[in-house]
Amino acid sequence: MSEEPKITVRNFNAYYSGKMALKDVNIDIPENKIMAMIGPSGCGKSTFLRSLNRMNDLIEGFTVTGGMMIDGKNIYDKDVDVTKLRRNVGMVFQKPNPFPKTIFENIAYGLKINKLCKSRDELSGKVEESLKEAGLWEEVKDELNKSAFALSGGQQQRLCIARAMVVRPEIILMDEPTASLDPISTAKIEELIQELKKSYTIVIVTHNMQQAARVADRTAFFMLGEMVEYSDTSVMFTKPEKKITEEYITGRFG
Amino acid sequence: MEITGNKKGKREFQQSLGFVALQMCLLAVIISLGVLLVFIFVKGIGVINPDFFIKFPEDGMSSGGIFPAILGTLLLSLVAVFFAVPMGVLTAVWLVEYSTSYKMVRILRIGINSLAGVPSIVFGLFGLAFFVKFMGFGPSLLSGGLSLGVLILPTVIRTSEEALLTVPVSFKEASLGLGATRWETVYRIILPNSISGILTGIILSVGRAAGETAPILMTGATFFTMRLPNSLFSEVMALPYHIYALMTEGTHPNQLAIAYGTAVVLMMLVLVINSIAIYIRIMARRARQW
Amino acid sequence: MERHFDEELKALKKNILNMASMVDELTGRAIKALKERDEALAEEVEKADEVVDLLEIEIDKQCLDLMARRQPLAIDLRFITSVMKINNDLERIGDLATTIAHKSRILLKYPPLKPLIDIPRMADMVREMIKESVNALVERDSVKAMKIIEMDNEVDSLYVQVFREILTYMMENNENIKSGIELILIAKYIERMADHVTNIAEDIVYMIEGKTIKHGFETIDRAGGA
Repeated sequence: MSEEPKITVRNFNAYYSGKMALKDVNIDIPENKIMAMIGPSGCGKSTFLRSLNRMNDLIEGFTVTGGMMIDGKNIYDKDVDVTKLRRNVGMVFQKPNPFPKTIFENIAYGLKINKLCKSRDELSGKVEESLKEAGLWEEVKDELNKSAFALSGGQQQRLCIARAMVVRPEIILMDEPTASLDPISTAKIEELIQELKKSYTIVIVTHNMQQAARVADRTAFFMLGEMVEYSDTSVMFTKPEKKITEEYITGRFG
Repeated sequence: MEITGNKKGKREFQQSLGFVALQMCLLAVIISLGVLLVFIFVKGIGVINPDFFIKFPEDGMSSGGIFPAILGTLLLSLVAVFFAVPMGVLTAVWLVEYSTSYKMVRILRIGINSLAGVPSIVFGLFGLAFFVKFMGFGPSLLSGGLSLGVLILPTVIRTSEEALLTVPVSFKEASLGLGATRWETVYRIILPNSISGILTGIILSVGRAAGETAPILMTGATFFTMRLPNSLFSEVMALPYHIYALMTEGTHPNQLAIAYGTAVVLMMLVLVINSIAIYIRIMARRARQW
Repeated sequence: MERHFDEELKALKKNILNMASMVDELTGRAIKALKERDEALAEEVEKADEVVDLLEIEIDKQCLDLMARRQPLAIDLRFITSVMKINNDLERIGDLATTIAHKSRILLKYPPLKPLIDIPRMADMVREMIKESVNALVERDSVKAMKIIEMDNEVDSLYVQVFREILTYMMENNENIKSGIELILIAKYIERMADHVTNIAEDIVYMIEGKTIKHGFETIDRAGGA
């Protein structure tokens, strides 16, 4: 890679109450690329993802060592403002989790919290823009004041993506974003993800190997808290370097 | 596949036996409760008329109304709520959302739970020692209300905690993930979505406070007063204490009837309060979208 | 962990091996018909090609079906795509064997030019290559596959030798030109067969190692890397 990576992880270890969850992870994630993480349950991929916006700070006894740098700045440094970090590293969760508010208010939430709009017009404009980017505008423009729960699962998930995007993060983390969706909704989200990489660096955890193969530029395989292999997706799924990766990818274990 | 047949085996018999036993228990509870209610109602209904609610006791409490006691109970409850609600809800918020040490939370929970199990007379003694004497509030509306507040505090904390915990973690994560602080998350997402549960808990504990005698016995309730309270430091009459006074000190047969009438009023008050709580809960459940 | 998928892959492998041995046998019989001027055998070979064609279609269908239903990845993906290509090459070899059989019947119209030694030798080498590639496939042995690629060079030089030799016969006597050209074509077909086997060997190497060794490239498809 010639360009400076967006995210640089060096000798990163993570522990839950002293129990090792990630062991000596080293990864470079290039900007405006999609990086997928695959691996059996409990392999540490979600821990890794949630370390990137320090969501794991909420868990008592979670500690890390080593460096996790975004644009060269270690996000675990003492002078880091976690709320600012999280604004810049958006997150989309496994199950669509809109707030029990209207569609409009769901998107506006991040803008209000971060005081990103000076006027009501600006707010509406940004909400609309974000919904358009998520490919949801045409479907919801006449019902912005309806509850977000009135939407289908796939629409809710796109709403959540729009909600994450509206504050203009630089990185978007996705934790199995299509795990609870039907194939059509999944395809739409996958299309969206690939569209988004023009503006964002995306890190995605998936249990669906084919999904990683379809959307990711680079893929990392985790097992037992270690990053076993990290390659271009095309290499990963045609000729992985390690035997264990090959066995996992072809479903011979796991 | 053999699925027909109507042979009653041993298992079916055991099952019917179990059902019958349970139904008997239920019946026993309902009957005793019913008897209690009917007994009090029949004995007390005679003295209940509009005047009973708005008049002062007359003729050495052998006739007249119980207005000061109703007012006193309402005021005492109000003071208790003003004290216990902010403190209880904030404590619950802290326990659920802020505390980072499980050990600390566990110790506090044990403390709160044991507090909830302490006999109410102990709260009365505490009120007497702390509010009346140490703080120098004297026997007053304030001391009595605060004692009741301390009494219901554990309930408020516990019900609030439960209400806060019903808000899905995913809402919290979504909010924090957008760069909201903990407090923003609490007051924009968590409190609005648990407020009905918290309210229900508060109202139920008010019902409890209204019916308690022991904590106010020595801290603020008075046997009899001709004056309505004019400040937080006035002594007040209260429904449960009025019943207690009439039953223990009374000699006139009419006093007994008034005691039952007061009991009916108190029961109705608690019933109304609880109904409000149930109504709020039903409404909240209907409005809940997740 | 044994997968149901493995059963299907085994069935596919069995078919491709079957295809290889059919083509191998066809080549042998075509050369025998040529050498012994056996018209009946030549006709037989020409007819047998149909069986090879049918098996080719069957294997193609099998591969597509597995791709659609199993969405294979990594070694499974490499195996199936390689089988598809090997299948194609084997079918072409079968066609060439048929063409040789056809040519051998034409040659019956002319007196034998010379006792055939080098052409059968070429054919034997091609058959050896087919057998070795089968072994390489079964044993997943890329070293064996690489050796096949070397054998192709021998076939090539043998072809040049045959070409020159027949050319001298033709220059000696005009009468020999017609049968000479047919023989040169046959030698060329065999040389072509060897090229197809070489392709097969290259596919096998790719399947096993994930390395592309075609067209003189020896690259590992591993850009970047961890």
